[in-house]
Amino acid sequence: MKITDTFRFATNAATAAPLRAGLLVLAMSIGVAAVVMLTALGDGARRYVVEQFSAIGTNLVIVLPGRSETRGFNPANLVTSTPRDLTIEDANALLRLPEVKRVAPILVATTEINAAGKLREAMLLGTNDDYINVRQMKVGLGRFLSKDEVGHGSAEVVLGAVIRREIFGTENPLGKTVRVGDRRLRVVGVLSEGGQGMGMTTDELLIVPVATAQAMLNSNTLFRILVEARSREQIAEVKAHVLKTITQRHDGEEDVTVITQDAILETFDKILNVLTLGVAGIAAISLAVAGILVMNVMLVSVTQRTGEIGLLKALGATSSAVRQLFMVEAILLSLSGAVVGVGLGYVGAAVLRHLYPSFPAYPPLWAVLAGLATALISGLVFGVMPARRAARLDPIQALSKR
Amino acid sequence: MPDESLISLSDINRTFYLGDSKVHALRNVDLNIARGEYIAVMGPSGSGKSTLLNLIGLLDRPDEGTYKLEGRDVTTLDADELAAVRSERIGFIFQSFHLVPRLTAAANIELPLVLSGFPAAERVKRVSQALKEYGLTDRANHRPNELSGGQRQRVAIARATILRPAVLLADEPTGNLDRVTGEEVVKLLEKLNAQGMTLIVVTHDQALGARARRQIRMEDGGIASDVTNSHVEANDASRDGLPTDIIPSVDIPTDNAQTVPVEPVSSLPASRQPNEG
Repeated sequence: MKITDTFRFATNAATAAPLRAGLLVLAMSIGVAAVVMLTALGDGARRYVVEQFSAIGTNLVIVLPGRSETRGFNPANLVTSTPRDLTIEDANALLRLPEVKRVAPILVATTEINAAGKLREAMLLGTNDDYINVRQMKVGLGRFLSKDEVGHGSAEVVLGAVIRREIFGTENPLGKTVRVGDRRLRVVGVLSEGGQGMGMTTDELLIVPVATAQAMLNSNTLFRILVEARSREQIAEVKAHVLKTITQRHDGEEDVTVITQDAILETFDKILNVLTLGVAGIAAISLAVAGILVMNVMLVSVTQRTGEIGLLKALGATSSAVRQLFMVEAILLSLSGAVVGVGLGYVGAAVLRHLYPSFPAYPPLWAVLAGLATALISGLVFGVMPARRAARLDPIQALSKR
Repeated sequence: MPDESLISLSDINRTFYLGDSKVHALRNVDLNIARGEYIAVMGPSGSGKSTLLNLIGLLDRPDEGTYKLEGRDVTTLDADELAAVRSERIGFIFQSFHLVPRLTAAANIELPLVLSGFPAAERVKRVSQALKEYGLTDRANHRPNELSGGQRQRVAIARATILRPAVLLADEPTGNLDRVTGEEVVKLLEKLNAQGMTLIVVTHDQALGARARRQIRMEDGGIASDVTNSHVEANDASRDGLPTDIIPSVDIPTDNAQTVPVEPVSSLPASRQPNEG
């Protein structure tokens, strides 16, 4: 029997029972659609987190005070074991490295803002004029912090969008004076709304010059230093040089931790990929169920078509030809279910994206292919038993039954 | 004799086990069938006639004995080889027609060609010719449930003969038909036989059995009588008018077709009885 004829015959046999074929295709398509949609969800979550992390800037190297690694004995430890603080001078030193494009020191504290008779808790962020570029944020009104050449810190503040709205309403806040902590600061700008990063919204920030913040908090330490490399390729180099520079400045003791944005991204990427795989695995269970249904339906079909099988054998069909006919039918049914399922999955993902526009729920290609392949394999595996049963039928008994 | 025989069964035994009981479906059956013969196998239910037909049709294997089809020992062939022989040399006609319900008349007739892997163009040619020969051209695209009983059996006969088999096996071919359509179908089968196809009919119907030149009566798994009729001569003569040369590939020696009716007491197995059934 020619393969094209086998396909034609099997297609004919499958479509001759539309309800049976339809239900089977439905079951298989639900399984595949579940895989496609759930992986879209998982992958969407991964992308969402990665995007959030990318939103803190590009080519970033982050310097944290304190060492997080366990090291062997270092003679410097004999002299002192107290980690030195990160200072503005450290940040300025890093700016001198050739591969470094920008440096933004960060100091964070909670404080109160008091203006126009209103009081509100807010996050105070002390930094410099480059911060806006490093973090790739936008100013909605006015300007960002001015360049502080001297390092004395001017009495100016940039408000987050929510703070501005709650304190000033629709009034223009530029040039107004607000009381932050025990200082009176002039509003020079407002950040545009919707800034995100590391799960923290920028809408509720008060940004002041780092020197001003240090004076307010009576401290000279920094929370972080953000370093932006000139290019992606130089990130590793920057990391090494930053570590070396700080170590030198801290009397040879390596008391800071330098992490790269890429490393963080990779970690999250890994975690969420595993999550996606897990979700896909759960969805694959429904595919297995659909496969068992294929087997059940094909077994019923073999029983119903016993007379036909007997006839085919009497007409000279070999057992392998009969087996092939039923295998191809099972595979065709599974595959068409899979194709319908992929379609459904894409539609479902599109609906998800429509409902949650910020959530990039696109089904990953590997999941689509895996769904199709699983459907095909389950068709093969679960088609074997019914097809073998059909092939093994005794033609005499098969013919006498009807 | 063995060279002339189309079918040669010698000392065939076939036993079934139904639960604890042993059923001897065929006991020491010896049978020789020449090309072009018209044979009716009769007998009560359970006499083994269906088993004999299945065995000749290679759907069943004997437990003992040898079966030579066209001089070739087919008892030793494996399942796939048997399927090939069945496809090329044997045509089946069933009481219940056994048409595939979802396929059209044309597709049903085409089935043996599809199974043997004929190219599409050749299939179309042969099927349209068969439809014409059996007067089914205008029913070609109808499904079996849209056909009358007679038309269904004609489709089944067209399907059985499309590969020009050496022997046509009919199991109660008129059992599901009324008398008139049954008559039509039998005439059609006899016409095919006249064209040289060996025809073996299993039937309960005495009238149908009586039309055959050679009648084999089975009882209890053995051949009780094997008679070659002479009165069929008249029928035979009436059939002389039919165009015996429609199928040019008739490879039976012409004298063979003649000798049987003219000389009723031919070299038949000893078990035959003088009484004409």
